[in-house]
Amino acid sequence: MGTLLLVSTRKGAFFFHGDRERRRWRADGPHFFGQIVNHVVLDPRDGRTLLAAVRPGHLGPSIYRSHDLGATWHEAERPPAFRKATAGELPLAVSHTFHLTPGHSSEPGAWYAGVSPPALFRSEDGGVTWSGVDGWNDHPMRFKWCPPEDQTPDGSILHSILVDPRDPAHLYVNASGGGSFESTDRGATWAPLNEAVEANFNPDPYPEYGQDPHCMALHPARPDRLYQQNHCGIYRLDRPASHWERIGKNMPPEIGDIGFGIVLHPRDPDTAWVFPMDGTTVWPRTSIDGKPALYRTRDGGASWQRQDRGLPREQAWYTVKRQAFAADDGDPVGLYFGTTGGELWMSANEGRSFRQIASHLPHVYAVVAARV
Amino acid sequence: MRVAIPSPLRSYTGSREQVSGAGATVGELLASLDRQFPGIRFRIVDEQDRIRVHIRIFVNRELARDLGRTLGAGDEVQILCALSGG
Repeated sequence: MGTLLLVSTRKGAFFFHGDRERRRWRADGPHFFGQIVNHVVLDPRDGRTLLAAVRPGHLGPSIYRSHDLGATWHEAERPPAFRKATAGELPLAVSHTFHLTPGHSSEPGAWYAGVSPPALFRSEDGGVTWSGVDGWNDHPMRFKWCPPEDQTPDGSILHSILVDPRDPAHLYVNASGGGSFESTDRGATWAPLNEAVEANFNPDPYPEYGQDPHCMALHPARPDRLYQQNHCGIYRLDRPASHWERIGKNMPPEIGDIGFGIVLHPRDPDTAWVFPMDGTTVWPRTSIDGKPALYRTRDGGASWQRQDRGLPREQAWYTVKRQAFAADDGDPVGLYFGTTGGELWMSANEGRSFRQIASHLPHVYAVVAARV
Repeated sequence: MRVAIPSPLRSYTGSREQVSGAGATVGELLASLDRQFPGIRFRIVDEQDRIRVHIRIFVNRELARDLGRTLGAGDEVQILCALSGG
């Protein structure tokens, strides 16, 4: 048993195979050299199938699958694509797939893909063919929830697709510039889930929808517990309630609660980590004061502790994107993050200390940690 | 007719720089290429039948602006990638 890190970058995917102790790492790659890879995900249902969301900068986007951990890749026969627009309809084209999520454990072969512009696709055959989830893509409120003129950097996206481990019909999705949404009927119908989440870029700072969730996570051991790192703070929600609590208010005020990713302890629903970014003035989105640090809560967000041992002490202006921050399920938990400057870091002891695995990689878009 | 394939698309053509295709329009030609090299069309044209932003298709060295451009049997077609960024 070892740890496999799936690192997606602007110029290809790089895999790092760790030994049992997570001390030594063997680099493998690049895969899809020169192409933009947004997400590579291992199927936990078989432990060997990878799906990769890939786009060259100048060709159309596609999805590839591998059944041998990346030794060979096969392109989807029908990648995510909108249907041809009829008269009066907005002619949409998939710019790229941003996020991939395996379906429920009871549905082998099922996958979800979140694309830009924000739309949801599903595959029933392990990623060979993809079809739109009409309940989202054709929802009468869709362009009110996610205005087509949204100019999120790199394009507005659908991300953080979460499947309730107790119920394959219970889904959450998140749209940048749209908010968080829930379905209890496998995507046929959707409702906003944004109560008390701030949108300080909106005339009404607490609208029904229009928020900007950056990353949402559902705790596998307590699926009613949700966390999100939003454009406007860190939040927690315990269903069936629908009123989010801004637990980021408990962060040190000089740090604030702006960031992209949020990572959960795989066994303790009260423990989570964030990687704060500078959200002041013009939103630099770099580690605050050039001093990178994680912040950990062990009480559901009531208090936070700084963790930075081993990280650079100064002049390190890291940006860690929403899918570039991950945890494994080891004991102790391993934490991993990749930067837009191409560094890959880890902690093998739940954040007590950090060390660098790799440097000089391309701009990192995503890091996924898997046990193989 | 002969069709020149740019390097980013040669993974579909077995590394061939030149292939043959048929069709009375650029759209029909791309459909013929897709039958020979499955998947290549979606890399060139989006789902709304628009030539992708960074792709250029030239017919006898003249830019074809859409899939309706008519073709003759002896035409030479070049598919090029208009790379950008720095």
